[in-house]
Amino acid sequence: MGALKYLLQKEFRQIFRDKGFTGRLFIAPAIQLILLPMAANYTIKNINIAIVDHDHSTVSQKLSNKILSSGYFKLADYTDFNSKAGKLIESDKADLVLEIPQGFEKNIIRENNQKIAIQVNAINGVKASIGFGYLSGIIADYNNGLRMEWIEPERTSPSPTIDVITSFWYNPKLTYYIFMVPAILVSLVTGVAGLSAAFNIVKEKEIGTIEQINVTPIKKYEFILGKLIPFMVMGGVVFTVGLLIGWVLYGIVPLGNIALLYLFLYVFLFAILGFGLLISTYAETQQQANSLMFLFMMVFNMMSGLYTPIDSMPGWAQFVTHLFPVSYFIDVMRMVVIKGSGLHDISMHILYVFLIGLVLNTWAILNYRKTT
Amino acid sequence: MNAITLNSITKTYSKGTILAVDDVSFSVEKGEIFGLIGPDGAGKSTIFRLLTTLLLPDKGTGTVGGLDMVKDFKAIRGIVGYMPGRFSLYQDLTVEENLNFFATVFNTTIEENYNLIKDIYVQIEPFKDRRAGKLSGGMKQKLALCCALIHKPEVLFLDEPTTGVDVVSRREFWEMLKRLKAQGITILVSTSYMDEATMCDRIALMLGGKILSVASPEDTIKAYPEQLYAVKSNSIYHLLLDLRKYEGTINCYTFGEYLHLSITNNEQEVRKYLQEKGHTDVEFKAIVPTVEDCFIRLLKHRDDERNSNKN
Repeated sequence: MGALKYLLQKEFRQIFRDKGFTGRLFIAPAIQLILLPMAANYTIKNINIAIVDHDHSTVSQKLSNKILSSGYFKLADYTDFNSKAGKLIESDKADLVLEIPQGFEKNIIRENNQKIAIQVNAINGVKASIGFGYLSGIIADYNNGLRMEWIEPERTSPSPTIDVITSFWYNPKLTYYIFMVPAILVSLVTGVAGLSAAFNIVKEKEIGTIEQINVTPIKKYEFILGKLIPFMVMGGVVFTVGLLIGWVLYGIVPLGNIALLYLFLYVFLFAILGFGLLISTYAETQQQANSLMFLFMMVFNMMSGLYTPIDSMPGWAQFVTHLFPVSYFIDVMRMVVIKGSGLHDISMHILYVFLIGLVLNTWAILNYRKTT
Repeated sequence: MNAITLNSITKTYSKGTILAVDDVSFSVEKGEIFGLIGPDGAGKSTIFRLLTTLLLPDKGTGTVGGLDMVKDFKAIRGIVGYMPGRFSLYQDLTVEENLNFFATVFNTTIEENYNLIKDIYVQIEPFKDRRAGKLSGGMKQKLALCCALIHKPEVLFLDEPTTGVDVVSRREFWEMLKRLKAQGITILVSTSYMDEATMCDRIALMLGGKILSVASPEDTIKAYPEQLYAVKSNSIYHLLLDLRKYEGTINCYTFGEYLHLSITNNEQEVRKYLQEKGHTDVEFKAIVPTVEDCFIRLLKHRDDERNSNKN
């Protein structure tokens, strides 16, 4: 065990001497946690709407005002030519076109029935569907308002209506960053710990120092531990920095036990460092490690429930996500931070990630033996 | 007792398709400087990697310091120093930190074996706070040698230690090896510079994974069977063509500004032949062969054998 002490000493000396180190450890998490939640925000504002008003009545005016005062929409144009609105969509200046037909007010009052048209620019699917959702909501609301005004209330409803009252548990205002920040933090820890560990080992291969180490009495497990421990420590530091940023910037204080988060963090680091180790046994150069890691990070980020819910993926994809330690950690973060889950709730997560870690590490060590 | 023995060692790469070392046997006595001489790809580095327990042989046995190459690999790692052909120390650590690191992993300190590395270390000591990656080629070499020596190894493996080093540093380096030898350290060194061969106690000429001969440099030269001549004339190119056509020529090749020539008949007849061919300013002298000449002869011998086997 004596050699391990010197290996760690050497490793930390090299890490602190690396010029990009503080950047990776503190500045990168800060920037990502500040920028990403804003960029990955699904509460879409500034939806450009063009209103084609053929009616020019008080009712159509009121509807337009209601839409524009909601705060989600920006008026691209107010016109009475269909062709002009069509052009706006073509030139990408309008995301939505609302068409109010002639006789809108008259028909509503006389015939109690009127149709309006909405055209959606579906180039940006997310913006289109969310914008359409907002607009429908506003129009439905306006519709109810009209009924209240003009239809005499009856004692009993002529037809039963179901009034839906929604309440969002754990995140009452559906604030986006409350569930994005903890998940982005997971992605950060994965990058800093897993990636760095793989690069570090491959660098020793590339420079040839690993051969020099191999002819010394240093044992294989000492060498591997000497690599894993510094990155466990670094992962812990990044995680702490991230939690602090979440608290200072977004006021996110984990509802659950923080110690529980750290417990899971280290089980997770065990698994993800095993993954880094595995990559390093297959890659001969940092270039190779880089392209391998890029591929996996991409898949992890897209498929681990960071941006899109796992439940909406096809069955095979859901199965695959169960093999990623990252998806468990994102789940645990959201459970503990937002919901305040306890050890009992995440015990299965811990078990699975530990098993995945065991498989990855064993695989890596077996493969490491074979190659040297 | 021999410091190193190899018995019929064979090593292949890429699942047996590339033969790197082919049935090699030799032994190195304790306190000897033993040189592996051969061109790139002769299998020198593979022998080093086998002896330093970085590779396992396909066939054959070997010992280092009396320990079995395969069974006692852990013990071997404690008693050998290895300096690979490529500079492979930590470039982002300083000279002193590198040395300290390799001392501590062998459970020793710089002070304990300072006398062993003193001659070398004093030359790089002024730069001890400089990062290893920022040293010049010769200094990197010296640092690597210090790191390989810091635990006072019984056997020192130096794989092409002077490749890419200037002539002065090369001479210095060999002086250092002589001093280490005086301290009883066995040194196995490889080089592709034939002129360095004479610095060794014994040399093995290697080619294509095989050992062609093992002897002291003097005996290797003495074993050269024919008289060797150095020849020069006004047109060296035509001289080479003419001499190669000459029926009495065994071998003729360029060597610096001269041609080296070995013949079956006597000098006078060759001179006459050259006169007939119209060569002027002919210089013709008997010389003592160098190790390189011996190597070229063995090379030709092997090629001739190959050709006659084909026929």
